[in-house]
Amino acid sequence: MIHDFGIVWSERALLLSGLANTTILSALSAVAALLLGCILTPALMSKQRLVSWVARVFVDGMRCVPFLLFAYIVYYGFPSFGVRLDNWTSGLAALTIYNAAYMAEILRGAWAAQPREPIEAGPVLGNQMIQIIKDSAFLTIIALPELTHAASSIQSRHYVPFAAFITAVFLYWGLCLVIEAGVSSIGRVAEARR
Amino acid sequence: MSGADIAAIFGGAVVTVSLSLVGILIGLPIGLGLALIRWANVPFVARIVVLYVSVLRATPLVTLLLLLFFALPNIGVPINPISAAILALVMNTSAFNCEVWRSALMGFPKDQYEAAQSVGMRAGQRFRRIVLPQIVRVSLPGLVNEMSLLIKVTPVLAVVGVVDITRAAVRIGSETYEPLPPFLVAIALYAPIVFALVSLQRWIERRQLAVEAAA
Repeated sequence: MIHDFGIVWSERALLLSGLANTTILSALSAVAALLLGCILTPALMSKQRLVSWVARVFVDGMRCVPFLLFAYIVYYGFPSFGVRLDNWTSGLAALTIYNAAYMAEILRGAWAAQPREPIEAGPVLGNQMIQIIKDSAFLTIIALPELTHAASSIQSRHYVPFAAFITAVFLYWGLCLVIEAGVSSIGRVAEARR
Repeated sequence: MSGADIAAIFGGAVVTVSLSLVGILIGLPIGLGLALIRWANVPFVARIVVLYVSVLRATPLVTLLLLLFFALPNIGVPINPISAAILALVMNTSAFNCEVWRSALMGFPKDQYEAAQSVGMRAGQRFRRIVLPQIVRVSLPGLVNEMSLLIKVTPVLAVVGVVDITRAAVRIGSETYEPLPPFLVAIALYAPIVFALVSLQRWIERRQLAVEAAA
């Protein structure tokens, strides 16, 4: 068992580049999804029936579709329309568009509760960040070299499944703990300035 | 895409729905059990539950599933794709359910519990008759939300070879060289199931708000 972890340690460069890719992918799409969400939220609350209806159909539609299927459609289905994207672009696009719908719904909820609970959205946005990190693991199926993909590659070459995947699990955990710590410290600052 | 292909995707839907139901039915009581361990602050075990919930909530289902599917046979526990799938779903959903149950337990008024104690109810009775009916009501929207999340992550099970909606759709797509139609059929099957659960959750929340407003 110790020997297995030794093998994982010798492959640390691959694992760390996977972790870096997961972090970059999640951070980029979280920011992009939040910006898109900021555009979608006013559309959701628009007085123009057509605008709010279209935004509502998009948001509810995304909330009913599994992310993995959506990623498959962007990667394998879009070429049918003549849109051919590489795995990085389609992974990033899928992650961003999908989560923009959730961000919009969170922002709408926070806006609706506005005068009463002004910093309500903080922890919820943090949870969505963690959700994005977990969704990014699904992109291993389109061969995007993120953390789970790196662990799979180590396991398939050296046959050390437990050591490889448990290391990945703990790296994901560490990433989420960092986000939770970030959210709670921002919450404290916001509380202090109130 | 032929009629037989569509039938294959529907066959996959039966697998997806059954695995989801099994996951939900086993995950609900386990989540409640974990929440009770934390609520009662059982020494040592409660800390392990905290750790379990924290790690499992951060772990993507794909990673967990691959870990179980490849590592368990490695340490001498034979496992097939279906049992690995169920185990992964239960481990994942019980951690989330634990948090929902726990926040309901935290909000439970202590005076009611003491009142039940003072009329001589035993611990089991107090829990069954006083605590459980009330925390079920409070937890319901959160639990239904978690069910819809669970169904949305089931396509991952195809990765280890479970022939669910997604795997059927992928296979047909690679045979016909037209991936879009089978994926659209797959979405047409998933979306109504998830939409029904999301609507159920909204309906419960609205109804509870209305009841509170009336009281």
